[in-house]
Amino acid sequence: MSSESSLIGLLGWGAAGWSDELLAGLVFTVQISVCGYIVGFLLGLLGAGAKLSGNKLLYRIGDLYTTLVRAIPELLLIILIYYAGSSAMKTALLGIGLVGADFQVSAFAAAVAALGLIYGAYLTDVLRGAIQAIPKGQIEAARAYGMHGPLRFRRIVFPQMIRFAVPGMGNQWLNITKDSALVSAVGAFEMAFAAKSAASQTKEYLFFYSIAGLLFLCLTIVSMVVLTRIEKRANRGVRRA
Amino acid sequence: MTVDQCTALSDVLLQMEQAARFSPCYLAVHVMPLLIAAIPLSILLTVVSGVIGNLLAVPVALARVNPNPLLWMPSYVFILLMRGTPLLVQLYLIYYGLGQVFGDIRIGGEPLMRVLPFLRDGIWYAIFALSINTAGYTGEILRGAILAVPHGEIEAGRAFGMSRWLIFRRVTLPRAIRICLPAMSTETVLLLKATSLASLVTVYEVLGTGRYIMQQDLRYYEPLVGGAIIYVLLVFVLTRILNWFERTLNKDREQPVATAGGMNPAKA
Repeated sequence: MSSESSLIGLLGWGAAGWSDELLAGLVFTVQISVCGYIVGFLLGLLGAGAKLSGNKLLYRIGDLYTTLVRAIPELLLIILIYYAGSSAMKTALLGIGLVGADFQVSAFAAAVAALGLIYGAYLTDVLRGAIQAIPKGQIEAARAYGMHGPLRFRRIVFPQMIRFAVPGMGNQWLNITKDSALVSAVGAFEMAFAAKSAASQTKEYLFFYSIAGLLFLCLTIVSMVVLTRIEKRANRGVRRA
Repeated sequence: MTVDQCTALSDVLLQMEQAARFSPCYLAVHVMPLLIAAIPLSILLTVVSGVIGNLLAVPVALARVNPNPLLWMPSYVFILLMRGTPLLVQLYLIYYGLGQVFGDIRIGGEPLMRVLPFLRDGIWYAIFALSINTAGYTGEILRGAILAVPHGEIEAGRAFGMSRWLIFRRVTLPRAIRICLPAMSTETVLLLKATSLASLVTVYEVLGTGRYIMQQDLRYYEPLVGGAIIYVLLVFVLTRILNWFERTLNKDREQPVATAGGMNPAKA
């Protein structure tokens, strides 16, 4: 067992310490979470649109997507999307002629694709519920004014939907930051992976995993504070009884 | 990188390229039997961690609703830690961290790991991590449910001269469990999915077996797709069981089937 002073020494910067690696991991974690969330949000909009379109085939596709993602463990999906997705992406890009044969899909792209696909399914149901919570009369009124579909969506559906969706979307954001740790299983250098490499090289497992846990906890707490603010702002136009 | 290393690497890449072709026959004949054989371990992990976690959730929730800061504060911190950090980090912290601690302990000159060889097995650490994680999540759910128990029912218990413990056992807890049953069902499905993380600490449950096949045969799609099929089926069956359980526990609250004349409106 090393003394406390040497443990603090392990947190130094540069080659001797691990702070720079952990910080790089934290940045990567936030990056893949944000990008994955954006991809997931766009997929969620598509999925919610498909489920509410009234078209039977589109509904089936949307339903199959959410059911499968909900039933398959995230870790398995991430590994699957990492291997299958990266080879599919490579084939597609090769096919278009955008890249050469030596092209490799980056860990970042694979992680974003995996998290985006998973959270697209969860956000589909959040957004679907939010759209359904909009009073029907408002959409009918917009139609009566002669607004076309995209305009109706932009001016009437989207702003109100966001207000109803904020709590659910906030929960999914908290979940995606935690699930982003799973991409360490496929070797992406995020925070859990940084902690793992630091721990296995120094044999200070307890110490480094505690640090990683604390950093994740900080991320959660900061997110919760920001989310409360966003929620307040989203509800600013609503009177409370 | 030397030339030899380059050739070795390109060989591996070539093998991976060949493995990229999906073979349903290989999946059905070779992969599926191995994965099916691993199902009991996944179920065992779910049931054991679920039972321990839900039992632990009761004191966690009780401490959380207690006005005494010495009780609610530790419970609050515990729930925050469980819900605020990834299960993966918790699992690593327990598996590697405890391993580090146990590795230093000696009993009568013998290393602890040799005295108690089962401590080398990842499954205990996985059960431990999954149990306390479940206790945190379910504790928070149960807390909400305990607060949602109508006050009049507790007062009625008091009026009957029941002791506080008896009120808790006969009124508050059964009522709270009923209130949070749907949320607990969701939690159980999430737990089943979370057991796949045990594969990261050398437990050969369904995903662990799948990953083992991947390493052995250098084939990626079949073991993962097979695992996905099994998890979908397991979740389907589990959801059915939980729905049945919910219906059984809430039998008296079932909506009466509409009969001619609309009998017994008071019950609806």
